[in-house]
Amino acid sequence: MAEAHTSGEYIKHHLQNLTFGQHPDGTWGVAHSAAEAKEMGFWAINLDSMGFAIVLGLAFLLMFRAAAKKATIGVPSGLQNFVEWVVEFIDGSVRGSFSHKNPLVAPLALTVFMWVFLMNFMDLLPIDWLPWIATLLGVPYLKVVPSTDPNVTFALALSVFFLMLYYSVKMKGPGGFFAELAFQPFPKFLFPVNLLLEGVGLIAKPVSLALRLFGNMYAGEMIFILIALMFSGGIVLGVFGGVLQWAWAVFHILIITLQAFIFMTLTIVYLDMAHAEHH
Amino acid sequence: MNFNATLIGQSITFVFFVWFCMKYVWPPIMNALEARKKQIADGLAAADRGKHELELAAKAAADNMRDAKAQAAEVLAQAEKRAAQIVEDAKIAAKAEGERQLAAAQANIEQEANRAREDLREQVAALAVAGAEKILRREVNAQAHADLLGQLKAEL
Repeated sequence: MAEAHTSGEYIKHHLQNLTFGQHPDGTWGVAHSAAEAKEMGFWAINLDSMGFAIVLGLAFLLMFRAAAKKATIGVPSGLQNFVEWVVEFIDGSVRGSFSHKNPLVAPLALTVFMWVFLMNFMDLLPIDWLPWIATLLGVPYLKVVPSTDPNVTFALALSVFFLMLYYSVKMKGPGGFFAELAFQPFPKFLFPVNLLLEGVGLIAKPVSLALRLFGNMYAGEMIFILIALMFSGGIVLGVFGGVLQWAWAVFHILIITLQAFIFMTLTIVYLDMAHAEHH
Repeated sequence: MNFNATLIGQSITFVFFVWFCMKYVWPPIMNALEARKKQIADGLAAADRGKHELELAAKAAADNMRDAKAQAAEVLAQAEKRAAQIVEDAKIAAKAEGERQLAAAQANIEQEANRAREDLREQVAALAVAGAEKILRREVNAQAHADLLGQLKAEL
């Protein structure tokens, strides 16, 4: 925000990832503008998204691992109690939506839920804190909510999509999977139509999965940014903005949890459909 | 929305996290949960068993109590019977003893009476002799009649 003087610049600044890649002139480094980041092409990496995602994922795994190592049959302590509560909740969801046997699905669901939740949770931090500290440290951009980066949500959704494809082929065979795509809902001789319909349906799953999470979090973040703009508009507007920010943050607690839950549930349901012989 | 290698990096991270979770996080927690579930089920079953055993024990105790009561009543009845018997025996013994003592007393009395009679007889004889002597002294020589008097004395 130090360099951001107008509202437009402020918003743009907040929506720009810290991208590391090769500049057009051949040197490697951090992009100092959205245009520079764009010029880096595909072989660049968003340091902020990756960094926060890894730190949050590790925080989740280490916390749960600590609880798992000390897990006792006796009366659970505070951390174990919390971890068991989450695990039982996930286990219940998986048992409710997934009707096949696969030891991967429940840990996958747990990872998706906790990771997405923690990444969304970054949205509740006041939006200027971390970018401001970063600016002081000489880092030009910092986007603290990894799930507002489509790279992150699409990476998750595509991973789930590959698992769907893998288990579809594994459970039904390549022929069975093809039959599922080509020989319904219409009679076999209309298989091009079937293939088109089912193909779109299949592709829509990961795309909608990724875009739903990205869209919700991006929009939520955008509203926080817009509310934050009010703070520079005088005391009345600033106090009003403070109230709004508080209200939106409270509402956002629901959204971040809900989005994590939806992502997890759809992951389970998609994998269940991949295992099912027939629709 | 510009896509870049973050997509790949994030996917690799995701795969690693899921693998770690599946290997080191999920199984120990689930095992602990299952084990606790089993322990609780066992505990409940044990409690049920204990309750059942308690019922059986209560029943057994009641049975024992009833038996003991019956036995006690029997013992009491026997003791009463025995006591009555002892009283009866004592009565009979006392009666026999009384009779015996009565007989002994009677015999004693008879003996005393006999002795008294003997004494009386002797005294009467002596008195008779003395009387006779007195009468005869005037006319009878004691020496002459000594034999006769001795004979008389022996006869009495």
